[in-house]
Amino acid sequence: MIGRDSAGGLVRRPLSPHLQTYRWPVTMLSSILHRATGIALAAGCVLLVWWLVAAAGSPAYFAFVQGFLASWLGVLMLLGWVAALSYHVLNGIRHLVWDTARGFEKPGLNATSYAILGGTAALTLLVWVVGFAVWR
Amino acid sequence: MSDSSKLSITVRRSQLGQVRGLGAARGGVRHWWVQRLTAMALLPLTIWFVISVLGLLGAPQSAVAGFVAAPVNTVLLVALVAISLHHAEAGVQTVIEDYVHREGSRIASLLAVKALTLFLALVGIIAVLKLAFTAVH
Repeated sequence: MIGRDSAGGLVRRPLSPHLQTYRWPVTMLSSILHRATGIALAAGCVLLVWWLVAAAGSPAYFAFVQGFLASWLGVLMLLGWVAALSYHVLNGIRHLVWDTARGFEKPGLNATSYAILGGTAALTLLVWVVGFAVWR
Repeated sequence: MSDSSKLSITVRRSQLGQVRGLGAARGGVRHWWVQRLTAMALLPLTIWFVISVLGLLGAPQSAVAGFVAAPVNTVLLVALVAISLHHAEAGVQTVIEDYVHREGSRIASLLAVKALTLFLALVGIIAVLKLAFTAVH
């Protein structure tokens, strides 16, 4: 592919092989999941703002939004939101640790990748058990 | 030692570019810092928000309005909405810069993301403030 250097001249950049060329190490999965959950959470911001708008709106509109969030589709979206948030927060903490130039050894990378996947499942489950227990 | 006069590398960067040190994105490390700082701010805010929402599941509108209108919650919610959408914008921008290569579509999608996230943040903040200034205590 053709790009530009900082002097403005054209330069031919190399392309890396496509995804299907690689076997999937867990670090690759965990990197892609960070992006995917990040995009999902950006979309989830719409849900957050919608909920605030509903709270500030008429009683009928609030009831409509609350009814939607309690429907199977709404519950599925909230479940996905909690899972995406748990993953993005846990892996985000790892990213912040990486920024201090620590934690780049391969065995450690694999271990923390699996730990974050497990932690995501545990956190999601915890939030949901508490959620269903307190749901009025 | 080899004959060093035969060695050469091509530096594809103008002298002005090297001095500025802003790199190909023309923005230096500012964007990187914004992503990290907003991430650190969101850690406690998000944990607070999830715990708070758990307490509001299925609650009547008056309870939600009362929660939002409590001064501490108003401040934290405005911070959460603003910083979340700032962080989202920075993240989606990175993804677009990685995958959208045509200059026209890249700029168009970057501007669209900026507009959407700013609009959402304003709507969310106004909703919070409306509750803060009108809710019956």
